[in-house]
Amino acid sequence: MALMRITSPHTHGPMSTRRVMQNVLLATVPGVVVLTHFFGFGTLVNIIWASILAIAFEALALSLRKRPLAFYLGDYSALVTAVLLGIALPPYSPWWLIAVGIASAILMAKHLYGGLGYNPFNPAMVGYVVLLISFPVQMTSWAAPRGVGELPGLLQALQACFTPAHFDAVTMATPLDVLKQNSSLLMDDLWQQNAQFGRWAGIGWEWASLAFLAGGLWLLYQRIFTWHAPVAMLMVLALMAALFYDGGSSGSGGSPLFHLLSGATMFGAFFIVTDPVSSAVSTRGRLVYGALIGLLTYLIRVYGNYPDAVAFAVLIMNFAAPFIDQYTQPRTYGHAKRGGESE
Amino acid sequence: MRQVYGFHGGIHPPENKHQSVAAPIASAGIPDELVLPLSQHIGAPAIPAVEVGQRVLKGQLIAEPAGFVSVPLHAPTSGSITAIEDRQIAHPSGHSARCIVIAADGKDQWVDHQGAADYKTVDRGELLSMIRNAGIAGMGGAGFPTAVKLAVKPDIKIETLIINGTECEPYITADDILMREQADKIVEGAQILAHLVQPDEILIGVEDNKPEGIAALQAAAEGTAVEIVVFPTKYPSGGEKQLIEILTGKQVPSGGLPAAVGIVCQNVGSAVAVRDAIIDGRPLISRVTTVTGEGVSEPRNYEVLLGTSMAHLLTLAGYQHENNKRLIMGGPMMGFTVPDAHVPIVKTTNCILAPSETELPTPPPAQACIRCGMCAEACPANLLPQQLFWFSQGKEFEKAEQHNLFDCIECGACSFVCPSNIPLVQYYRAAKAEVVQMRKDAEKSEHSRIRFEARQARLEREDAEKEAKRAARKKAAEEKARLAAEQGNADEDPIQAAIERAKAKKAAQAMGEGTSESEKEKLEKAVATTRKRLDTATAKLETAKQEGSDFIGALQTGVDKTRAKLDSAEKSLQEYQQANDSADNQADEQPTADAAQEAIKKAMAARAADADKSPEDKAREALQKLEARLQKSEARLTESKAAGEEEKIITALEATVERMKEKVAQAQAKETETS
Repeated sequence: MALMRITSPHTHGPMSTRRVMQNVLLATVPGVVVLTHFFGFGTLVNIIWASILAIAFEALALSLRKRPLAFYLGDYSALVTAVLLGIALPPYSPWWLIAVGIASAILMAKHLYGGLGYNPFNPAMVGYVVLLISFPVQMTSWAAPRGVGELPGLLQALQACFTPAHFDAVTMATPLDVLKQNSSLLMDDLWQQNAQFGRWAGIGWEWASLAFLAGGLWLLYQRIFTWHAPVAMLMVLALMAALFYDGGSSGSGGSPLFHLLSGATMFGAFFIVTDPVSSAVSTRGRLVYGALIGLLTYLIRVYGNYPDAVAFAVLIMNFAAPFIDQYTQPRTYGHAKRGGESE
Repeated sequence: MRQVYGFHGGIHPPENKHQSVAAPIASAGIPDELVLPLSQHIGAPAIPAVEVGQRVLKGQLIAEPAGFVSVPLHAPTSGSITAIEDRQIAHPSGHSARCIVIAADGKDQWVDHQGAADYKTVDRGELLSMIRNAGIAGMGGAGFPTAVKLAVKPDIKIETLIINGTECEPYITADDILMREQADKIVEGAQILAHLVQPDEILIGVEDNKPEGIAALQAAAEGTAVEIVVFPTKYPSGGEKQLIEILTGKQVPSGGLPAAVGIVCQNVGSAVAVRDAIIDGRPLISRVTTVTGEGVSEPRNYEVLLGTSMAHLLTLAGYQHENNKRLIMGGPMMGFTVPDAHVPIVKTTNCILAPSETELPTPPPAQACIRCGMCAEACPANLLPQQLFWFSQGKEFEKAEQHNLFDCIECGACSFVCPSNIPLVQYYRAAKAEVVQMRKDAEKSEHSRIRFEARQARLEREDAEKEAKRAARKKAAEEKARLAAEQGNADEDPIQAAIERAKAKKAAQAMGEGTSESEKEKLEKAVATTRKRLDTATAKLETAKQEGSDFIGALQTGVDKTRAKLDSAEKSLQEYQQANDSADNQADEQPTADAAQEAIKKAMAARAADADKSPEDKAREALQKLEARLQKSEARLTESKAAGEEEKIITALEATVERMKEKVAQAQAKETETS
């Protein structure tokens, strides 16, 4: 028997791409549970329908590209995209909205660029932004949280998705939206006059954000990603909010805590900004990348046209990632520090 | 407790060291045949110093070093040389190389050898050559000639001597067992090395997963200057650069040697080899090699003669053929697979790993890189492996170099952590090889370019020089013309210049040089042109007069001026012609000049003939000549008197005749004297 000839190293660590993706999927569970608790089964239906479509589109793209299906589907990356988009979309979205979103994400943002690892933009965020620009009405109506409106049951959720014409959802503006439209009320009054506001941010939103934070911290513990990008994003966002809070007047941009626990902040910080494919590569680069996403998020939220801004901020910084890489190379062993001599 | 430093990255692969370290070192015995590759080190291959059929003794030199960065080779046992030929060797490429083959006679008979137990009295150069002559090359795996590493330039101060007992690769225990069993030899070797490089401190660095080795070393180092430094286990702490950073906090400059930061680093195995060479005079003919993996039933360490085949060792350790699909020389992180088990053990072979498929599974196919950055977290050189991978894959070598591709130590940590199972190190090796090739090609074409440009520059320079000379000549001529024109009190008129030129020509012709028709032609042309101009001007004047133009005055002046010019031109043409004529006349006088030359020649010949004559003859001839002249003078005098010439002339002639008579008298006296 001929001996096998391969190059070193001959041993391999336990980590695999599939495991990375599985971990990410697992880490979304707390957030999804909280969302379902506060907004009903809408998110769950979104996720399941998105997953089915994602696998179908992925298989279609792979067979068109003549790639082995089992090998590539086994990396779970399509599923991650589907779950992330499913969470980001408003609950009780119609089936076609999700289909357009997933098609944009998988076919356009991912496979047109060469598949996993080659996409310059985060596929889930591309899908989200395509929908946000194309169907603003559907994309900006969010279900009323538990305790404020009547929560539809599972059957109604399915109905909302597949026969949207027969479903009449109770929707209301998200707290970010309310804040954006506000020009006359003090923060305290805003809280009192709008039922969807909770302790620090929106009802449901604050707990969902904390759940995503927990999932993110677990991924950090599992060393799926490093702390640099998410921490930088959250710090800058909080800093900006603190700078422009001005004590809760009617012109306030909202408190730091409100921004941290509203909308897609925590979900974005730990599940979108940490997408390695489309982010900067070095730790220093990821600090810059995350910080700028935090900055953009705040600017668009408060001064832009959209109530939430994580998707736009991420896509804009995806453009900038190669540029950031250019200037954030780490100092290699034995090389002089910038402007100084070697250690 | 001494401070130890950290280094960036690193991994914690399963150690798997306990399997082979339980049993003590065993001798692998003397195999029937030993195959010794001429190149077991970094540098030029050694040159065989024996012939086929020759009997050699144990420790006898069989190949000499070929240059400074090279080491000799010695017979590991007594026997006879059966071949010097190409054999399969243990090399990543799997190629064959020249080997000396020895058939062992089993007597294991030593050649005469002696060491210098009192090494401190021996000259440093002598000690270095002893190490070199013992054929010692780095035993940790790289195989760099030890003596070269120790030959530190005198102007470099070595602060720290580091003995590397880290052995961070999984599975390998050769250094561990050496520390356990031969700690005193290691310490002694370290002291010899310290004597050679005179450091301020001597450190033996060991990872904390070898407590027995550490204890043994500490016991052996008791009361010496040698310090044992223990630090946390992490791969690749044993890399020379990483170990230096751990122990001193210093980084070896990229592309530089440890000596640049005042450090010399040697492996524990090398320290023992140096000790054996200096104290016992024993060359490097054997080493400790670990045989391990689930493919052998009794993993352990062996004292192996160099040249022993891997198969021999595997058999000793209970090789289970069916349980093993690949044989690795070295560890699982940096070792390489060998094509078959019959390759020989060499100076750098620290381990033979025969893993089972469950132990080290065949790597699955690589998936796409998702730039997760785990590789960058693990890289001990603080590189961006994922970027290097993209650049290597895309053949963007310039960018790869810019990302410090050549600072990669190929430790394999990036591949180990890569979730997509990408064989990153393989990409880097390939990229490095291509860059090296490209550099060579670039150097070659650069040479051609420089040659071509030098030639081009030379040609241009020559052209420029010619052009400059030409310009200088032209300028000089113009200057001359101008001066002449100024002296001639003429304005800068082409006709005047032509006249000057004609004069110059005339002078040249007076020297007998050739004539120039063109000058004449030019002058004629000038005359013709001026006449034509005069005609036109006159015609214009006529027309103007008829029309009663305001310009009549101006035109009249122009006609007058042109007429003057025509006159001068005609005059100069005449002059030129005259000059030419006279030049021709002068040329006719040439034969006369030649006649004169002829006469001179005759006179010379006559004088030369005179020189041959005897003094008597000379005197006689002189007398005859004088008498003839006297007669001539007297005849003249008579003539003059008869013709009734002036008294003055007659007096002069009389005086001449008197002088002649005197001279004739003198000559006669001389003639009588000589004869």
